[in-house]
Parts: sequence; structure tokens; C-alpha cells
Amino acid sequence: MAAEQVRTGLHFMSGDEACAEGALAAGCRFFGGYPITPSTEIAEHLARRLPEVNGVFVQMEDELASMAIILGASAAGARAMTATSGPGFSLMMENIGLGMMLELPCVVIDVQRGSPSTGLPTMPGQSDVMQARWGSHGDYESIAYAPWSPQEMFDLTIHCFNVADRYRLPVFLLADEVVGHMVERVAVPACDSIEHWERKHAATPPGEHFEPFKITDPDLVPPIVHAGEGYCIHYTGLTHDERGYPDMTAATHNELVTRLVEKVRVNRENIIRTEGYSLEDAEIVVIAYGCTARSARQAVREARQAGIRAGLLRLISLWPFPEEEIARLATRARSLIVAEMNLGQISREVERCARRPARGVFHAGGMMIPPDPILQAIREASA
Amino acid sequence: MTEPILAEHHPLDDLIRADRMPHIWCPGCGIGIAMRCYAQGILDSGLPVKDHVVVSGIGCSGRVAGYMNLDSYHTTHGRAIPFAMGIKLAKPELMVTVFSGDGDLVAIGGNHLIHAARRNIDVKVICINNFNFGMTGGQFGPTTPRGAIATTAPYGNFELPFNLPYLLAAAGANYIARWTTLHARQLKKSILEAFSKPGFTFIEVLAPCPIGFGKSNNINDGLEEMELYRDRCVMARQGEMNPEELEIDLREDKPILIGKFIDRDRPPFHPFMKGQS
Amino acid sequence: MRTEIRIAGFGGQGVALAGLILGKALAIYSGYEAVMTQSYGPEARGGASSANLVVSDEPIDYPFVLTPNILVALSQEAYALYRPGTKRDAILIIDQDLVIPTNSDSCYGISSTRLAEELGRRVVTNVVMVGFFTAVTRLLTREAVERAIADTVKPKTLPLNLKAFEVGYTQPVIPVNLRGNHE
Repeated sequence: MAAEQVRTGLHFMSGDEACAEGALAAGCRFFGGYPITPSTEIAEHLARRLPEVNGVFVQMEDELASMAIILGASAAGARAMTATSGPGFSLMMENIGLGMMLELPCVVIDVQRGSPSTGLPTMPGQSDVMQARWGSHGDYESIAYAPWSPQEMFDLTIHCFNVADRYRLPVFLLADEVVGHMVERVAVPACDSIEHWERKHAATPPGEHFEPFKITDPDLVPPIVHAGEGYCIHYTGLTHDERGYPDMTAATHNELVTRLVEKVRVNRENIIRTEGYSLEDAEIVVIAYGCTARSARQAVREARQAGIRAGLLRLISLWPFPEEEIARLATRARSLIVAEMNLGQISREVERCARRPARGVFHAGGMMIPPDPILQAIREASA
Repeated sequence: MTEPILAEHHPLDDLIRADRMPHIWCPGCGIGIAMRCYAQGILDSGLPVKDHVVVSGIGCSGRVAGYMNLDSYHTTHGRAIPFAMGIKLAKPELMVTVFSGDGDLVAIGGNHLIHAARRNIDVKVICINNFNFGMTGGQFGPTTPRGAIATTAPYGNFELPFNLPYLLAAAGANYIARWTTLHARQLKKSILEAFSKPGFTFIEVLAPCPIGFGKSNNINDGLEEMELYRDRCVMARQGEMNPEELEIDLREDKPILIGKFIDRDRPPFHPFMKGQS
Repeated sequence: MRTEIRIAGFGGQGVALAGLILGKALAIYSGYEAVMTQSYGPEARGGASSANLVVSDEPIDYPFVLTPNILVALSQEAYALYRPGTKRDAILIIDQDLVIPTNSDSCYGISSTRLAEELGRRVVTNVVMVGFFTAVTRLLTREAVERAIADTVKPKTLPLNLKAFEVGYTQPVIPVNLRGNHE
């Protein structure tokens, strides 16, 4: 009997489980990872589920290897994923850079906990935000989404695979312990209604002249070929030319790295996702993401009840940053408030784009920011 | 004087990326010989060339991936083995070889090496051992003999080296051999054996690094090191592994054991899939 | 209307599963919004453990239980730890053989552990309690909870679990000051 790839229907499940089910629904058939709280349930769930759908589950010796193995699987054509938390995410940075350079699609789930170092293994944090942007050495543009519910753990995991495949790079799901562990209703749609963006495969048949990193499309994404297809392609983490060969010159380097960055920037409208609540006439705009956005929405609702014209901009994607949208909001809103479970990471981005200071509601992590301090900040801003 | 023979085509032409030549290796370096043995092994393997994949890490030996006209992956320092595992597990029909050096596989990649051997994953490792980090100019590494001079061991290496066949035997590899670049035929034969052996295989290839290691340790050039191999190498009896006898120090006048040490059939790693058992 | 429920006991009593069944019955079979959170980490190893449910007819933003309207206590330690943070007029449900409430508290008592033992399997204590919870609170229909049990427990244990639910559901629902009764 064929096991279900997509468990269509209503479920009451944790965010971590929903993430694993989302991966399966997206066609992910390869997981390599190292257990780490609070992401372990993703690995546990996939260890049970992947063999049912002829997928591969491998528990690796560390996160360096976890990131490397999913890149290898991706190079052979598989939709591949790993899941970790801050300490493991740090170790993955090396091969995340390789993934950016080889342009290998894959998905990295980071269920954030209180950090730095071992920090608070079982408690939430949102302080890997800048690491997801700048964590590996060198210039590259990253893509990250921040779910605020188990439902979004499901939906955005699927979306991460689609975006990774379309733009050829590792994509991050920056969850947090609250969203990963909380249990809520998750609606899993019918199999045929799940969006699936294919990798853009080379049209040239094997054996004919083919330059794997030559760009012909305006999306700046080179078509992909996989191991074993007969193309005999060289992939290197060294600076390489259109043939994929090492070419260690300043000119080639500048051209390659600029394209890797531009590839995300020119496609940003298809990547960036935000959601507004009561923004239309808002004088005070709260900006939040992940679990913190739940408290922010409650604070905004309570502020409205008290007659304060407050609104919420929820960042569903964190990277690339919605620069234009923040700039537009900043011209309309009297006051900007950023609520996040770190000491001011997205806040810097908001201030950069708004070109003025934002009020911060920060907490270093360990507990979800409740609605009250956000409501308090709204009240102060409206006074 | 005999007339030179002009060949239109060399049997290995299709396997080498001619447009990447000249290579980066120094005169007297042994890596090219080992690469040639690998290429010959591919031709003799009977498998279509498109089913061979090579993965390398960083270092002089890591450049092999770039010179072989295969699907080839030049990855990060030390991570060739887990990357190769991903390819192998996603497409089990491929013959995946990791070609890299001792610094890459054993120093920074040591953890992956022993765990891959423990799992007995069906990946073929060819490990060039030239007793130092050659590409970066001759620093000591985990295979450098105690007392040998290196740029980061100017007073002689204080550390003891790994004994690779013994390490891999303990870790669990199905097939373990050691050759030198003087033993090209045996090496090629060994590579073919590894191809036909399910599970993790490990072939250590002693290779001269006259610039990085030789010149600071009284081995004047590549040829002198090859002569040293000829004078000292002794065939091991399969299955017998005395750790002291397996140790290598080129500067000492003692035998270097070569040959096939382990050839066994532990079950290779295969992820469980429901419906099979 | 936001209702906050805390089910607490010691490790091994199955409070997480009880929370999962009730959450499922609320969120999937009764049209409510429901969120469950648990305590993780060292505090969840042995000692008091809890499953916490927020229930509402509107989307739930803040998912954590702050001051429960309903407290289910399966151990004295859990009662002592969580009673002070629970609403004064909360519905209190206890295993009456394991919890001695304070003088002022009026509780709904059930011998859930003993009843489960009489069914032959102490592990269904939690489901006996789920049955009693359903009868006491009237938040949920019997059918909704039975459906939630059916798609939560292993199929071969379903008859036993449904029996356990039945036993709990049919116990008399009378709020008593147990301490008073004992005196």
C-alpha cells in the first residue's frame, strides 16, 4: 500500500511536525541532520515518515556534514532538507556558502532558541536573524521566511522548496521554539492543489556544448543539470567562469558574486511576503515576525479598542528585506515600533529603510514577548 | 634515432579535461600518477563514464575533480565525504569516488571519514598521503611523522601521526589498501577492486610532495622518494595488521608495508525503505 | 471568549495526550480555535508536567495560558504548584484519591487512577479524566471527543480508550468541598 505523501485534511499538530509534513508534501525525499532542541521533532517525524515514501533519512555526525550531505543530494536532483537550531546553524554556515556558490537548491530549517552559544536550548529566541543574512563569509543575498503558526510551518516549508528550486540557492525557514512546539490546527490541502515550482533544467541535451553557468534569462538563474545525467559538469566553490571552471581573476569574481546577489534582488517581488493588519489608516505601525507577531497583533487590536490608530506589518519573509515597503510606510506612519525577541536586529534594517529611528520592544529570548509591552509602546507613541 | 610516434588520440583523452591543462601540480608530485590510475580504473570498470562521479575537498589532491571529465564536485575543506554521501544516497546507481588528500580527509575531515567508514557507506575513497599540507606550502598535518620539519613545525613535528589503515580498520571500512605512486598497476587494480566492493573502501596512496615535504626532510626530489619506495616497500599479508608495522616514516630505514589489508563484507549502509526489509 | 485550560500531573500520567485529545476535539471537531503548549526542558523531566490549552471562538494570538479558567490536577504537587495562578472561581477538576484541596476550594472529584486500574490499564487514567472533563465542562460534545480519541490513540487500544472515556464521562458531576466531606 502506498503511504500518503500528503496527509490531506485537518490536523492538530505541532509546528515542527507541520514543517516535516510540509516538506513531504513539497516532494522532499531527503533529510540529513543532527538532532538539536528545539528542532528535533522534525528529524524524528521524518525518520518515521520518509521511509514510507521511499525517501532517505540520514542522521549525520554533525551539522557540517548535515549541510554537506543535503547539497550532495541536491546535486543529484533530490529535494533535500536539514533542520537545526542556532548552534547547528553556526556550523552549517561553511557549506551554506558552498550552496550559494554552487547554486544548489535546498532548505534549512532553523528553529531558533535563546542564544548565543548553548544559551537556552528549550526556550525561544529570534536572534539568528542577522546570521541568516550574513552568517557565511562573503557577499551573497539570502532568502528567509519566518512562520508565526504551525499552519505557516507547513505552508512556508513548501514555499521554501519552491523558492530554492526556482532561484537555485539554500533557503532558510527561521522558525522559533514557540512556533515549533505549539500545537494548533493545520489544514493540509489536497495533493494536486499544492504549488510545485520546478527547477529550470538545461534544455541542451547531454553531449552537446553546454556552459552550466552561462546566463541567458533575465532572472539571472542558470539552468541546472544533475549528477549522472551525462553532462560531465564541474562544480567548484572556487570562483568560476561560465563553464564552471576555476577562474581566479578579479573580473570573474566580481561578475560572479554580483550575479549571485542580483539574482535574488531582481526577483525580490516574487520572494518577499508581508501581511498587514489595520494598516490603512495606521499612525503607529508595529513591525514584527514569527511568534512575536502574534502578540503584536493582539496589542494592535487592543490599541484599536482604546481608540489608537495602530497597525501591524507582519514580515513573512525577512530576507531579502522589504525595503520599499518599509520606506513607503515610514512616509505615512507617525511612529514605527519593532518588536522582536533579540536586542534589535530587524530594527536596524527598519531604521535603515525608514531613515529614522524606530521604537524597539526587545527581549533577548527565553520567553515570547507578551502583548503588554508592545501595547505599552503603542500607548507611549500615541501620547 | 627512432622516429617519434605521433598519437592522434590517447585512450584517456575523453576522461581528462584538456582545456584545464596545464595542471597546478609541482614537478615530481605524485598526484597525477594516482589520477591516471583512477582514470584507467574508470575505463576498465565497464561502467558508463556518466555513472562515475568524483568529489574532492580542498588541497592539491582536491584539484583532481577539476581535471576529470566527469560530473565532478570540488567542495569545501574536509566535507567531500558527506557531500559524496548525498549524491550516492540520492542516486544509488552512481559510482561515487572521493579523491582527496590526507590533510583534507584526515585533519579537517577526520570526523566524516571515520563516521562514513563506520556506516560503511558505498563511497570509494582515494586518499593521497604526502605527509603534509602541500598546497599551502608544507605545514604539518595528522600524517606528518614525529620530528619531521614543516613550516609550522620548524623545530620538528611534536605530534604523532595517524596510522590510516589501522584507523580505518577500527572504524569499519570494508576494503583498505595502501600503495605508492610507484605501484601504478597495483593501484589501478586496487581501484577496480574497490569499485566492485559494496561498502566503504579506502585506498591510501603514498605520493611524493618534493616541494612541501621532501625538501625540508632530506628527500631531494620526487624521483628520490620513488626510489625510497622501491627500496623499502614490502607487501603486507592480507588480514595481518600490526599497528607498529603499519607506521610510516620516510626518514627512517624501516620497511613500508603496502598492499591490501582488509577485504570484508560488513553490510553496506542503506537507508531503510518501507516495503523492503 | 477566551478560555484557558491547564491539565497538570506528574510525568507518566499522560497529561500531554489528554491535552492533545481535547485540543483536537476543540479545534477539529467543534469549530473552536485551540492552541496547546507544553512545558519543555528540565522542568518537564519528572515532577510536575502540564499541558495547556487556550480555546476561543476567535483567532488566538497569544498562545500561552496565563490564568486558567479550568485546572485539572492529577497530583498534589501539580495542584499546589498551579492552583495559586488559577482564577479564583475556576472550574477545578481533581483525582480525588491523589489530591487534597485546600479548605476553601470546591472541586469536581473523580478517582481516575483507580477507575483506570479497574479497567486493567493504569495508562488510561488520562482518558478517564478526559471523559470526566467532558461531562463537567460541557465545552465539547461526547461525539467530538470520541472522534478525537479515535484518531489519536493506536487502533488496537481504541476499544479500551473509548471504554475509559465512557467510565469518566458517566461519573457523577457534583462539585464538592472534598476536605469538608472528609471532616
